[in-house]
Parts: sequence; structure tokens; C-alpha cells
Amino acid sequence: MLKFLLSRLLTFVPTFIGVTLISFSFIRLLPGDPIIVMAGERGVSAERYAELQAQFGFDRPLVIQYWDYMTGVLRGDLGTSFVTKKPVFEEFFALFPATLELSICAMIFAVVLGLPAGIIAAINRGKLFDRALMSTALVGYSMPIFWWALLMIIVFSGWLGWTPVSGRISLLFYFDDVTGFMLIDSLLSGQAGAFRSAAVHLILPTIVLGTIPLAVIARQTRSAMLEVLSEDYIRTARAKGLPPNRVTFIHALRNALIPVVTVVGLLVGTLLGGAILTESIFSWPGIGKWMLDSIYRRDYPVVQGGLLLIAVMVMIVNLTVDVLYGLINPKIRKA
Amino acid sequence: MADATVSVERPGRLREFWFYFRENRGAVVGLWVFLAFLFVAVFAPLLAPHDPTLQYRDHLLQPPAWQEGGEWRFVLGTDALGRDLLSRLLHGARYSFFVGIVVVVVAASGGITVGLLAGFAPKWLDSIIMRTMDVILAFPSLLLALVLVAILGPTLLNAMIAIAIVLQPHYVRLTRASVLAERHKDYVTSAKVVGASRWRMMFVTVLPNCLAPIIVQAALSFSTAILDAAALGFLGMGAQPPTPEWGTMLAEAREFILRAWWVVTFPGLAILITVIAINLMGDGLRDALDPKLKRS
Repeated sequence: MLKFLLSRLLTFVPTFIGVTLISFSFIRLLPGDPIIVMAGERGVSAERYAELQAQFGFDRPLVIQYWDYMTGVLRGDLGTSFVTKKPVFEEFFALFPATLELSICAMIFAVVLGLPAGIIAAINRGKLFDRALMSTALVGYSMPIFWWALLMIIVFSGWLGWTPVSGRISLLFYFDDVTGFMLIDSLLSGQAGAFRSAAVHLILPTIVLGTIPLAVIARQTRSAMLEVLSEDYIRTARAKGLPPNRVTFIHALRNALIPVVTVVGLLVGTLLGGAILTESIFSWPGIGKWMLDSIYRRDYPVVQGGLLLIAVMVMIVNLTVDVLYGLINPKIRKA
Repeated sequence: MADATVSVERPGRLREFWFYFRENRGAVVGLWVFLAFLFVAVFAPLLAPHDPTLQYRDHLLQPPAWQEGGEWRFVLGTDALGRDLLSRLLHGARYSFFVGIVVVVVAASGGITVGLLAGFAPKWLDSIIMRTMDVILAFPSLLLALVLVAILGPTLLNAMIAIAIVLQPHYVRLTRASVLAERHKDYVTSAKVVGASRWRMMFVTVLPNCLAPIIVQAALSFSTAILDAAALGFLGMGAQPPTPEWGTMLAEAREFILRAWWVVTFPGLAILITVIAINLMGDGLRDALDPKLKRS
């Protein structure tokens, strides 16, 4: 087991170096001189230019620049935002809980609906429910989620007036961050109606962000269940006279869950990509909107640092899934 | 007596493919919709009743014909600048189709070449190639595409380049995996013994036997490309107004969502239907070409 863990950790290192190389080259690949771009229309004097160049280290050899960048990254120094003048690292972790909260809710939404849907479809294979569900899953899987979000706003916010259009909580409420998760903080604040407001604000973004994962999980669960249900040991269990529910949920589901867990892990990247669209539409103050705004504002240190941090997050999740997978399935560990 | 030497010929490859493909009814429907999409893309200028950029200033945000205030001159209504929505949608099919084709061709040809190289290369080169692909895959694809467009500048062409780069690692992995599975089979060994050159081995001997999963992947990335290009257009980082690209149209329509449902609904519907059709076709292709992956 230890060997397995170590080998997985070792593959992490080159990928991490590669990711830092990409984020390092980002500012240097931009057309034009980053300092001129940063100065904007005001322009920059020759002395100031030299000063800034020395400050960013652009006047030194690339290898040294990379070395400085890398040692900075390892110390958690990702530079400071052009716009807010705050450290990128700090900004990221101030906004991250908002994205995390939304992503967790979306994932719960997808798993809670997708898993049972996939199981029921597999049991009723070929019947009306199965076909209806798989058609719906196909639609969900093919959905342009930015359009889906707009439709939801038209129906639920515009016509029915049930849900707010943007933000995490009504402006009537104010309390300090404790955990960064609005659902928990609103409860802790003890203000009447705060939790309700936070929950209502979460509904549409959760559905929008969770739609594609929901479709993928339902499809994956169904096909994994079908595969397992045709195995010999299931026939044996049935022949022994075990109750059908026991066979389905204890014998089959356990093994069918293995590929589903992998898919859930792989969806984290999709979720973070989807967060860019979802957050920008619902003005959700998280990482996705922050990255997009920074791209619009040409706040390059933020784009550079955010890119690196998001990639590292995805890598950590993938590594965790890999290790979990090894724990659940001994066959993988040995291979 | 019947002639005993009647040879039962193996059905042609295409016939065989069509036989399996036809079994999946959804795939056939998808194919028809896709052909309709192709037809619209090719003949959009002839089919469209109006010029897609012509502004009828007396008909701003006019609802679809069947709704009160609409007229049959503008079947699906007009947008905020008085442009005919139907004509814009028809022309939009051209952009989406173009994006799909270009992205798939670029990503697939690049990915297949690199994948073949990795499959045949010595271990160190293979490792370098595959780790590089891991790095690209570590970024959420839409984010990486966005950042690439930020570097290259927001145009449709750059969006296509960015999407192709982001999709390419999938082809590399797929090709390499198939090559590794084929490489030690007897027919490859015999080709080697006969003295086939390395390039011949790669492209003539092995590649044709790896194509099935790659073709399926091509269909799936066609739809991903359309979705991503629309998303980039929607975020203002793809095709720029007044181009009638579907995602860009949605971005322009955003501020009118509560006043004019049609300007938001139809472009999205066009994206959705196209993507569903292509995904259905992809499922059928998988069933027909790659029995191993066949959905049970």
C-alpha cells in the first residue's frame, strides 16, 4: 500500500512542475510588454519602466526568473493583484469557500438524484422509465449550461418570482465570515431568515452547475449496474434465494460504485470549469467569476496565480480519487 | 442441384457499418438532424429570408409570428437591433459547423500523430509526452481555453485554436493506448520482419486498426467544440458581435431575458438540438464501430 501511495505521489511532482511552467510562461507569452499593458493608457516613464522591470525581475535570465517564481510559489507567494494590490494567494482563499460551497451543493444534487436514477433505470432496463431517463440524461449531457441558467432565470425568477437572480444572500443581512460557507455562517449569525435567504440564493446555481454531473452520474451508474448485474456471482446470489433488494443494493451496488466514484472525481475539473459560467451569470462571488473578471481587467498576476491554484486543486482531487480507488479496489493497487 | 461453389461474400465494410448503425434508432435520428444542420450550414445564404446583419429599425424586439404583435415576415421575431432572428440562426449554423470541423481536424490530426509517436517512442520520450498531456488535462478545459484566448486575443479563430489545444490530449491518450494494445500483435511483428520502415509501421500498419475509438472520440469532440465555442462567445471571448454565432447571440440577448424570451430561447435551442444530434450519432458510431465499448 505504501509503495502504491509513493508511486502516485511521485507522478504528482512532474505534473506539478509542468503546471508551474505553464502558469509561469503565461505572462511572458502575452503579446506586448506586460509592463506597458499594466500601465494602460497613462503610459510609463523610462525610469519607472526600469524600476518595474527590476521589481518583476523581467530583466534577468529566464531560468533565474523561473527559479524565483518557483521558490515563491512554494512559499505561497503568487504575486499581487494589479487591481486590488492584495496578494493573489489571499484573494484566492478568501473567495474559494463560495465556489466550494456551490460545488459541494451541485455535487450532492447530482449524486442524490443521479445514483438512484441510474439504479432504477438499470433494474428496469428497456422499459419506459429507463428510456425516458436516458433521453433526459442525454439532453442534460448536451446542455449549454449558460443557456440553461438563463432559462431558469426567466422561469423561476422572472415568471414565478421564486428565486433571486444573483448573489449569495440578500443585502438585508450582514454578518462576519466564520467558515466562509454562507449556509453555515447564516445559521451561526442567528438572524431570522438569513439561512432561508442563503438557501434560496443557492438553488438555481446548484441546479445549473449540477446538471451535467447529474446526467453523467446517472449514465455511468446505469451502465456500471448493468455490467455488474450480469455477473455470475449475482446469479448465484439470486439462486440462493436472497431477496432481490439485497442482491441489488448490497451485492451489485457495491461493485458498481467503483467506476462511479472515479467519474465523480473526474467531474471536479468539469465543475470548476462550469463554475466560471455559472458564477458569472449568477454574480456568485467565487473563484470562477474572479478569474473571468481578472481576464477582462487584464489583471495578469491573478490569472496566472489562479490558473496555478485551480490546477493544483484539480490535481489534489485526482490524486485523492486515485488513492481512494486503490483502497476500494485491491486489483488496482497491485497493478 | 444448386451450384455448391456460390461464394458468400463478406458484406462491404460500409454495409456492415450501416447495418449496425441502423440498429440504434436514436443514432439514425441524430444523423438526419445532423444532415439537416449540414444542409443549413451550406445553404444558409439561400435559405435565410433576410440579411443576418440588416437592422430593421421599425421592428425592434418584435415577437415571433404566432404571438401577438408578431408578423410572418419575421417568423422567429427580431432582436434588439431589429435583425431577423431566423436568418441569424441559419447563418449561425455555418459558424458552429465550421468550428466543429476545424477543431476536430486540428485536434485529431495533432493528437493522433503525437499519440502514435508516444506509442512507438522509447520510454523516456513516451513519458515526457504523456506527462505533458497530464499537465494540459490538469486544467479545467474551459478555463485553459479562456486563458489561451486571453493570450491570443478574442476572435473566433483563436477560440478554435484554443479549443483544439485543450481537446488534443484526449486523442493522444486514446491513440497511444490503442497502439500499445496493437504493437505486439503478430501482424505488426510480421510487418517489422518484412522490413517496413518505422513511419510505414506507424501510419500504414498500425493506425488503421486504432481508428474505431478515435472516430467515436471525433464525434464527441465535435459537440464539445460547438459547446465550448458557444461558451467562449457567450463570455465575449469568441466570435465578436455582430457575427451571428449562437453563443455570441446569447450574450447580446442577456439583458433582454425578462422582456423578450425569444431572443434567448432560440439560439440556445439551436445549440442544444445540434449537440444532442451529434451525441446521438456518436453513440451509434460507438455501437457500430467498437463492439468492445458497446453499451449493454
